[in-house]
This record gives sequence, C-alpha cells and structure tokens, in this order.
Amino acid sequence: MSEDSPILFGLYVPPHPQPLLSPDANKGYSNLRSAFETCRKRIEESDADLILVYSTTWPSVVGHQIQALKESIWTHVDDDFHYLGSMPYNFSIDDEFAHEYCAAAEKRGLHARTVEYEGFPIDTGSVVALSLLNPDNRIPACIVSSNMYSNRSETIVLGKSARDALITQGKKAVIVVVSSLSNRMFTEHIDPVDDRIHSPKDNEWNEKILQFFADGRLEDLSQLSREIHGQIRVQKVVAYKPAWWLAATMGQHNNYEGEVLAYEALHGSGGAVIQLTPSTGSFGDKEFDEDDVEYYQGDRNVLNKGDF
Amino acid sequence: MKKGEIVLGCLAPHPPHLVYAENPPQNEAFSEGGWETLRWGYAKLARKLKTIDYDAIVIFTPHWQTYIGTHFLGLPGFKSKSVDPVFPNLFRYNYDLKVDVELAEAMHEETAKAGIITKMMRNPDFRVDYGTITSCHLLNPDWDKPIVTISSNRNSHYYSNEVMIEQAKALGEACMKAIEKSGKKVVLVSSHSLSHRHFVTEAPLPEDMSREHIYNHSQYVWDMKIIEMFREGKMQEVVDIMPEYTEQTIAETEAGGLIWMMAAMGVPSYPAEIYGYQSVIGTGNCIACWDPNTNTRELVL
Ligand SMILES: [Fe+2]
Repeated sequence: MSEDSPILFGLYVPPHPQPLLSPDANKGYSNLRSAFETCRKRIEESDADLILVYSTTWPSVVGHQIQALKESIWTHVDDDFHYLGSMPYNFSIDDEFAHEYCAAAEKRGLHARTVEYEGFPIDTGSVVALSLLNPDNRIPACIVSSNMYSNRSETIVLGKSARDALITQGKKAVIVVVSSLSNRMFTEHIDPVDDRIHSPKDNEWNEKILQFFADGRLEDLSQLSREIHGQIRVQKVVAYKPAWWLAATMGQHNNYEGEVLAYEALHGSGGAVIQLTPSTGSFGDKEFDEDDVEYYQGDRNVLNKGDF
Repeated sequence: MKKGEIVLGCLAPHPPHLVYAENPPQNEAFSEGGWETLRWGYAKLARKLKTIDYDAIVIFTPHWQTYIGTHFLGLPGFKSKSVDPVFPNLFRYNYDLKVDVELAEAMHEETAKAGIITKMMRNPDFRVDYGTITSCHLLNPDWDKPIVTISSNRNSHYYSNEVMIEQAKALGEACMKAIEKSGKKVVLVSSHSLSHRHFVTEAPLPEDMSREHIYNHSQYVWDMKIIEMFREGKMQEVVDIMPEYTEQTIAETEAGGLIWMMAAMGVPSYPAEIYGYQSVIGTGNCIACWDPNTNTRELVL
C-alpha cells in the first residue's frame, strides 16, 4: 500500500439481503457469503480504525446525510424481501468521524448533515454489509447517504471530503461501497435455484466492469460511469455514482490491486464482492475527458445565460 | 350480503412536514407550525370523513417501494416508531395501527387473479412507511379505523410511465372487485404530492414560511392545469395526460397512486372537491377528494 493513503483498501459489495438471510438457498448466494467472510477476516487482520460505508440504498434529498448515532440499534426488514426474515442490528458508529466528515463536506461547498436519531431506518445495503463485514463491532463504522439528485461533481467532492476527514483525524479506514453492478431484478418471485443475471447484456457489461476492477482500473471505471448508467442501470436516480465516490475517496488513478472475490446473480441483479488495494503499478489507457473538481459550487444555471 | 363500495377517494399528500407542524403527541420533533393552507385543508377533509360511514381506509403509498410485484400489509396490527429517512429531524412518529387483513387478503387474491404479481407482507418487524402514517394521521387523527396499505410497484423505473399506468389501472379494478365482494364501505387514499422537485437544502428552521415556495414556475403551471381538470371532473383526461405530466414535473404520480384510485372508482367524470394547494420544500401538494355521493358532494374551494 502507498505510504500516505488513509485508505487500507476498498470493497464493493451488493446490497441485497440473500447473502445474510438465505445464503444456502443458492450456490451463488453462498459464494457471495464466503466472499463477505473473507473480507471480514481481512478487515480484522488490518489495522483499520474505521469502516466507512457509502450506500446506494440510502437515498437522501436534503444534501448528504451521515450516520452519527453512536449506538444504532433496530430491527430492519426489507421492503421486497421481508419474507426472508428480519435483520436485527446493533452498530457502533464513530460519531467523531461522522461530524468531521460533515464539516469537511461543508468546507468543500456541500450541504451535509449528521443524523443521530434512535430508530433511524438504516438501509438494507448498509445493514447487510456491516452485519457481514463487522459482526462484532470490532471496528467502529460510519455510513453516508447517496443524494438522489446529486451528479458527478457533487459525488466526487463528497468522496474527497471523506478523504479530508480521514487525514484530519489521522485514521486508517476500510471503505465500502454498497451497490449492485447491473441492478435490474426479476419483477416476479423466483425459485432461488433458478436465479441468474437478468439478461446476457447485463452479464456482458458486468463482466467488462469486473475486468476493470480486477486490473485495478478504478479511475477508468469512474470515467465510464455515465456509460454504465445508460447501459445497465434501471433509471431510479440521475447517475451511477459508486465508482465516482470510490475513486474520489481512494484516489483518482488506476494504481490498485484488484480482486474479484465473487460475482453472482441476486434476483437477477449483478452482485459482486470486490477488493481494491492501493498499490504502485499503473494500468489503463483510457482518455480522461471528465474534468476533476475540488469544490462544489451548485448546479450551473444555463437558463439565464447567453444571447437571446 | 350487500355489495361493498368506495364511499370516498382522497388525494392526500404526505410531506412529513405537515405532521411535524401539527405537533401531535405521537411525533417526537417539535415545531412552531407552518404550511397552514395544507393543514387546514386536511382538517376540513378530516371533518367530512367523520360524517361518512365507512369500515376501512385503503391507502396506496409511494414510500413502500417494491420491485417484485405489489404487496399488501397482512398482519392485524403494527406498532413501532417511524423515522423518516429523508427528514428524520421532522418525523419520528410512534404509531399503533390496525389492519383490515380480511380486506387486504381479498384484494391480494383479486390482484393475483388479474395476473399481477403480488405478495402479502407478514413480517411482524416490518415498519410501516411514513407516507401511510402521514396521510392517515392527517385524514383520521383518531386512528379509529383499520387500514390496508398497498405498496407501489416501481414499473415506471423498470419500464415506462405508460406501463405503470396500465398496471395501476388493472390493480385498481382488481381492488374494486374485492371491495364489492367484501360488502364493506371503503375510503381510498392515494398518498402523494403532485410536482415533486425538492430543494436540496433546508432552512435552519424548516417551518420558516418566508423560505417556502414552489421549486419553479413550470411545476406550478402544470400543477394548476391538473387541478383545473380535477375541478372539471375530467379524470379520463388526467389519466391520458399523466405520462407527460409525470415526466415534466417529476411528479410523485410516478408511483401510480392516482391512476389506481381513479381506475377503482370507475374514472369519475364529476368534479373533485379541492381542499388546498401549497408547496412543501419546493414540491406541489394538493388535497382533493372525489365523492361519488351527489347528496354530500360540495364545492369546497
Ligand atoms: Fe413522498
């Protein structure tokens, strides 16, 4: 790992509850479960001070929300997969980091706030990830939302703010992005043994993305985000943002050791467990035409500019 | 057994701000008020509901989002705390509600017969969404009637607004059949805003009404157009224009609630009663109802 990075390694994990609640219903689910367990061990063996989660299943509207309730305890039930069972959780949150992250985001022009409320509904993706990656709360965690209107510049700046906060507090972190690859699920109930990726097109794109991850080409993926959004993402939000946040937080380059620990279908969507570790070798030849951004200055207002 | 019927259909927006502004004992947050146009409108509609004889409220909510079919609440009671994931500073509401499971199961059965993917939700730990709670609290603060919540299947995300409309229509018709067979008198609630672009920042005091206004004028003009059609009883035209309206105003109608309710009510051609329109954090919200009874239908606003 490079000397000055506050990030020990990054993980990309799927949000659906099957690996937590029904790992034996399908070989693929149990493969994902084993991959989560490998990552859990690696986190335990690392000297991480913090696990920071960016979850695509926690949408926010008013800026960016950061979980700061020191003891976050509740029993969560998924909106679709409620029949698979309940997910009781008891997470230790690093509230000091949460406040630092919020301040760092504000310094970079973002509207951000911490949430510290008993019973706050932590989303399925975060609950699954933290339950499997950090079951005994060995390491404190923090979770940040994904604003439903935010696009690239805002997400990049949100990632950079996370890095700022880690550096300010001198903390080493494992960062976790919770997101599917292709996110189209089957729209009917299926027998889990019949689970597969929804379409060959989704599968091909997932395989391509996994190749990039395996080669450690994170910035290349970040640059490809808009294309990925158009090709294999159900248009629930304005953009596919996880690679933007991950790259901005870990460092916007291709110097990573990539490892795909599992790739399986989760009710049709693409679920992968991937590890990226900062390294020294570089790979990738994409032309970087997306501009870098340091501060968020709001959406550009183009309606009242120019000659009429 | 006498045939069941829909005795009223309500468009009931659910910004949690409205419950926050009321300061009911169930909500932990405290406010200095705000959004009176909507709250007073709700109070008037709640008084009308008190004069109507009905057995249950059936509510369609955008905040129980399902991608695998349409789900129905399927246990007799739910008691917990609902914390709004988007506005937790405003809404932390302790609820204790009753469900008409018999009616939910009947609707589930008819829905399945109509070829729609559907599921009963029987996990006792499930938290009822804040859309259901907000609309039901404002329509019936006494909570003295059982409810049935129907999840919103997100067909518009997976396919298009047109597909969503077709499915919402089929769901509405199936629910109507179940209601008729049940012999019950039912109030339908379609819980959502109209135009739905939010501001992404919040005033330090959220109820500071000097800061509240519609997100942009285009949203307002579209909302007024739709409300004018409500007033004129042109609900078939509303259904027809819905894909365009939803796209232009990012309307919360995208979940299908209004179409579901109109289809269940046979697409009314009589005027709606309008109880108020106001923006909440930039979104457009209208309270309205469709009263099939010509003796009690009135011109409210
Ligand atoms: Fe809503």
